[in-house]
Amino acid sequence: MTSRDRILTRVRTALAGAPQAPEISRDYLSTHTADDPAIVLDLLHENLADYRAIVHRTRADGLPGLLARLLDERGSRTVLAPAGLPPQWLAGATGVRKVEDTPTATAQELDAVDSVVTGCAVAIAETGTIVLDGGADQGRRRITLIPDHHICVVRAPEQVVASVPQALPRLDPGRPSTWISGPSATSDIELDRVEGVHGPRTLEVVLVES
Amino acid sequence: MSGTFVGMPSFPVAAGVAVTDERLRGNLRRATHTIRDKRAVAVGELADWGALREAGKEIKDRTLRGLDGYLVELEAAVTAAGGVVHWASDADEANRIVVDLVRATGEREVVKVKSMATQEIGLNEALEAAGIAAFETDLAELIVQLGEDRPSHILVPAIHRNREEIREIFVRTMSEWGRPAPEGLTDSPAELAEAARVHLREKFLRAKVGISGANFMVAETGTLVVVESEGNGRMCLTLPETLISVVGIEKVVPSWRDLEVFLQTLPRSSTAERMNPYTSMWTGVTDGDGPEAFHLVLLDNGRTATLGDEVGRQALRCIRCSACLNVCPVYERAGGHAYGSVYPGPIGAILSPQLRGIRSEVDASLPFASSLCGACYEVCPVAIDIPEVLVHLRERVVEQGGKGHRLEKAAMKAAGWVLNHPGALGAGERLASKTRKGHPKKLPGPGGRQWGQSRDLPQLPAEPFRDWWKKNRA
Ligand code: SF4
Repeated sequence: MTSRDRILTRVRTALAGAPQAPEISRDYLSTHTADDPAIVLDLLHENLADYRAIVHRTRADGLPGLLARLLDERGSRTVLAPAGLPPQWLAGATGVRKVEDTPTATAQELDAVDSVVTGCAVAIAETGTIVLDGGADQGRRRITLIPDHHICVVRAPEQVVASVPQALPRLDPGRPSTWISGPSATSDIELDRVEGVHGPRTLEVVLVES
Repeated sequence: MSGTFVGMPSFPVAAGVAVTDERLRGNLRRATHTIRDKRAVAVGELADWGALREAGKEIKDRTLRGLDGYLVELEAAVTAAGGVVHWASDADEANRIVVDLVRATGEREVVKVKSMATQEIGLNEALEAAGIAAFETDLAELIVQLGEDRPSHILVPAIHRNREEIREIFVRTMSEWGRPAPEGLTDSPAELAEAARVHLREKFLRAKVGISGANFMVAETGTLVVVESEGNGRMCLTLPETLISVVGIEKVVPSWRDLEVFLQTLPRSSTAERMNPYTSMWTGVTDGDGPEAFHLVLLDNGRTATLGDEVGRQALRCIRCSACLNVCPVYERAGGHAYGSVYPGPIGAILSPQLRGIRSEVDASLPFASSLCGACYEVCPVAIDIPEVLVHLRERVVEQGGKGHRLEKAAMKAAGWVLNHPGALGAGERLASKTRKGHPKKLPGPGGRQWGQSRDLPQLPAEPFRDWWKKNRA
């Protein structure tokens, strides 16, 4: 008997005679927030900031200038942009060398990059979360992990939802996803929160209103 | 379970020693009170907490009732997505599978995401015996590993250590494992975290094999979910070429949609956050992004035996949030090590004796490691009636004869220290017994009835513990 068969048999024996489980009562709320895009966006802003992401807001035409300024203020000399990032986003960042993420780029090479700029798949207001799913403007998981500075652009209102139950149906389970709520943090030392153990220590989120 | 704990004394003995350790008690008390207060705020934000808790309970019950079907469905989905599924009846088999998988890569070291399942089976020791170095990468696990210590809390394994102790451990041992601690390291948490970052980064960047557990596995889609804070999880899950995940069979949930419940309840219950900083989800392998090979080891190791116990099986609903530890007056005084198991606190007191059986002294003593105050049930996001299971297991211990009474007396003696220090039972300690539905039932069976006749404990949760205590201690 294989272990697979053994375990499945044990499960069936253990459950013999157990009553059927009831249907799941999903009496919980699908959102805790008023159905108003402005309120939802403000909540996203507030909750992102509460978890120590740095939040900026702009209109679409102000985005290139804002990104250029953020990279400049950071003193970044290199910026990594996924292949599908709209080129005009970084059009103003003339003093920064753009690096591509090639399949052969090693982790060590990524470690030398100053900043990374990506889009996102969806952002969740109630939890202050941005979700990346490997879309063309987000790239592979590693590029938002190894560099120390991540700027994520969220397009409002179309990419913003209020709650976790509203976010999941928008995601394809077949694609790897990374949910980010504030920068990397640890509370393992006397429960003092310290930003950045292994992920980017600085997370900037740009909310772009159309 | 883990060889780490072989030879541990039973709970009363270990707890009796722990409660005299002032520093340990100070560290623990500060930590558990901080988390529990923050948790109450985070939970209070959601008006539908009760409904989420009920749904979480029902999803897990449904999972357990149809576990065979969900496991087969999960296996098919993971396989279709390019993963390889292995089944392990017990710890030895799981360790053998993992060791063979690592050997097949030709590597001699692995990076690990904090995982209760791999601790439970003693994987690090098995890897070491096979000549493979396993590096823990969660900061708290690193502290435990470098300190040659044992974890004492599910969520914050180094909760019993303060910053001076951590600094001392880093300075003394980091050089033996890789990059030494920086010169002049102080005990500021920021500096200690930075030292860990630098120490571990060189390991992440060269790692070829990663080992993890998972918080959830979705049967419908084959998706695995890991919830974490530091980014060490993301490092281990995405940088290596080979990823091996060892996951208890009870971690499956039926559908993608079910995650909407647990992703709301787990972070708030465990770290008291609206959402933990990082959650990773992956389904099999993805071309050009992340590991090229993915192995899922499905672990039984006593879970099917637990499933067979009508009262006890609810322990398998546990999502390891650790909220029950932080409200437990016994845990707070005794510390995690006293439980002699990787699962400490109230959940440990019911899970370990079921996974391992109640033949050993330590396992037979665990169901007595509780005042039955009911705080654990109150906070549990999947509504596990821990007091009910404790009483049920006590009866089983008594039925097995001999040991029962002796252990009970010893446990009560150790608990006596706690119970004689009413200040130890702080104001935060739940006392919401009126809202509590499932009180421990009457004890079935002759042993149980006898046991119950001469003792008041099963009725305890029916009223606030301290009131009861005032009335009855005289
Ligand atoms: S028993 Fe409940 S409260 Fe305790 S760790 Fe498990 S899920 Fe959390």
